[in-house]
Amino acid sequence: MTNARRCGVTKLSKMQEEEIRDRALKALDKKADYGPDVDLSAFVRGAGDLEVKGLEDLPSDVREQAVTVGVKLDMKERAGTYFQLDHSVIFSGVSKYFDGGVELISTIEAKRKYDWLNKYFWKVVPVDADKYTAFAALEWDHGYFLRVAARKKVTVPLQSCLYIHRNKLDQNVHNIILMEPGSEAQIITGCVVHPNVSKALHVGITEIYLMRGAKLTFTMIHNWAEGIDVRPRTGIMLEEGATFISNYINLKPVGSVQTYPAAHCNGENSTAIFNSLIYGNRRSVIDVGGKIILDGRGSRGEVKSRVIATGNAEVYSRGLLVGKQEKTRGHLECRGLLLSDQAFIHAIPELRGEASGTELSHEAAVGKIAEEAIYYLMARGFSEEEAVSMIVRGFLDTRIFGLPEPLQKEVDHAIDIVLSSSL
Amino acid sequence: MLALEIKDLVVEVDGRRVLDELNLEVPRGELHVLFGPNGSGKTSLILTVLGFPQYKVLRGQIILNGEDITSLPVNERVKRGIGVLFQNPPQIRGVRLGDVLKKLAKDETPIEIARRVNFPAFYLDRELNCGFSGGEIKRCELMQLMAQKPSFLLLDEPDSGVDVENLERVGSIINELAMGRSGILITHLGYILRYVEAHKAHVILKGKIACSGRPIEILDHILKEGYWWCDKCKEMRGD
Repeated sequence: MTNARRCGVTKLSKMQEEEIRDRALKALDKKADYGPDVDLSAFVRGAGDLEVKGLEDLPSDVREQAVTVGVKLDMKERAGTYFQLDHSVIFSGVSKYFDGGVELISTIEAKRKYDWLNKYFWKVVPVDADKYTAFAALEWDHGYFLRVAARKKVTVPLQSCLYIHRNKLDQNVHNIILMEPGSEAQIITGCVVHPNVSKALHVGITEIYLMRGAKLTFTMIHNWAEGIDVRPRTGIMLEEGATFISNYINLKPVGSVQTYPAAHCNGENSTAIFNSLIYGNRRSVIDVGGKIILDGRGSRGEVKSRVIATGNAEVYSRGLLVGKQEKTRGHLECRGLLLSDQAFIHAIPELRGEASGTELSHEAAVGKIAEEAIYYLMARGFSEEEAVSMIVRGFLDTRIFGLPEPLQKEVDHAIDIVLSSSL
Repeated sequence: MLALEIKDLVVEVDGRRVLDELNLEVPRGELHVLFGPNGSGKTSLILTVLGFPQYKVLRGQIILNGEDITSLPVNERVKRGIGVLFQNPPQIRGVRLGDVLKKLAKDETPIEIARRVNFPAFYLDRELNCGFSGGEIKRCELMQLMAQKPSFLLLDEPDSGVDVENLERVGSIINELAMGRSGILITHLGYILRYVEAHKAHVILKGKIACSGRPIEILDHILKEGYWWCDKCKEMRGD
């Protein structure tokens, strides 16, 4: 690239940055459409006391927790790793085998490295969507940039871990994923918090771009804690023939989580799938869902959720399918299981057809465990607790999501760890 | 020695009497058949012996192998040797047949059990009682019993909803299962008796045993005369 052109890009990006800043400032008080409002001034910023130079430096309690969200710190069976603790990047790198075809670095570093990257910031997530996006634009604490080169198939999962160690911290990450034409990858993100943290805010902006024929399986395991507020903001753009599969797993008590990721199936015959498994516990407020805008001819969307609510949990399970083009198809499926009279599950499936050739459908069912199912299993010799546990574990069955087998085993393992302490 | 002894059992469901001073004895090693019209109390008897809480025992005793189990919870009765084949088992989403068999079986793998009832291995991956035909559901129930190895069988209409080809298979599995064990078998129309050897039959009417005798003879009477024949029976008249 010539210097003149580089200057041009820089000038443009400066203008863009000013505009983004402007829009963010104006949106700082804009409440989100859903979820309890969080007072942003109640959190602190900056590094905590823990100084860690690399993964090997991580204290044992941090390491143990990372394992619960599927993070493998020895990086075996992982194509690449990104580990962020509070506001610091502890590690980012790709296994030698995938060197050159895959890049996994901090977004701040990536932005310094690539001028062209600006055009991927705040494009599928509007900066002024609400106060959280605005806040994340003004106070930015890394996040990862993942790029998979054209036609590169990364058969082993990549992993990222976003860890909060300091009490009352606000962590705002901004992730960008670029899947170049024909590329394939799977990434597992584990979000976890240190047991000593009683209050924190995590805002995660994730913008995902799937170019022609690319495929991404995006698995996120949330393992937060009571008192933690979480506001992920995710947008996905799909070109022709691209496939995006999101698997969201949230099984631990949390203060509040509110997220409503939107996939824009702009390309012909593109596919977006949102799967979620939620175990709402104690006083958690969980408001999650998936929107799919079927704007490409022949594009397909599916939103599938399994929700359990117990204790005093409040769970909203949302889904929106918008059929804008001919020959588009979409299905929403929400099943909810109530284990407590003090908890609730509110399923809100929405369909919007804007073209005559779109086929959209939904099914939702919310109820308690059928007593006859418990007695049936007791009649096989299981105790009542064992019967309930089998039904609950069965309800959170990952096999319905069609994950690749090794990934499914890992996700199952993570669910078993969490459920064994929850039930 | 009796495997099961039921003494003066009075049972209500939601305030409605379903068993009324019922007495029954099943000696060890015997399989007894229960006949009776719809609503006579056949399934109520099985679910009371099993200990389902909506079946409230007002009076009487249930004694299994010499032990009074009348007030034990369901799973404790099962631990003591009771095994049941349900007439209409509930669908349980997410709980896979193979996983249940794995938890129940001590010395056999789920695949080995599946082979014995002529089930393809991939059926083990199915959710409990979901997507099976009538005959397959009965075989699922029998597979669980084969894994459990109970000493006392409660078989509630193993022939209902089973087509002719599968009836023989279900019958032979029950014969194999009943070998050396005791139990009660409910049948509405008696089809299964073509394939299953039973020692004694009882007719249950209005919540009590109306008469007892050889299975084939009693079935013959019922098929010829219906249950009206039982009304003529002296036990029913209280003579």
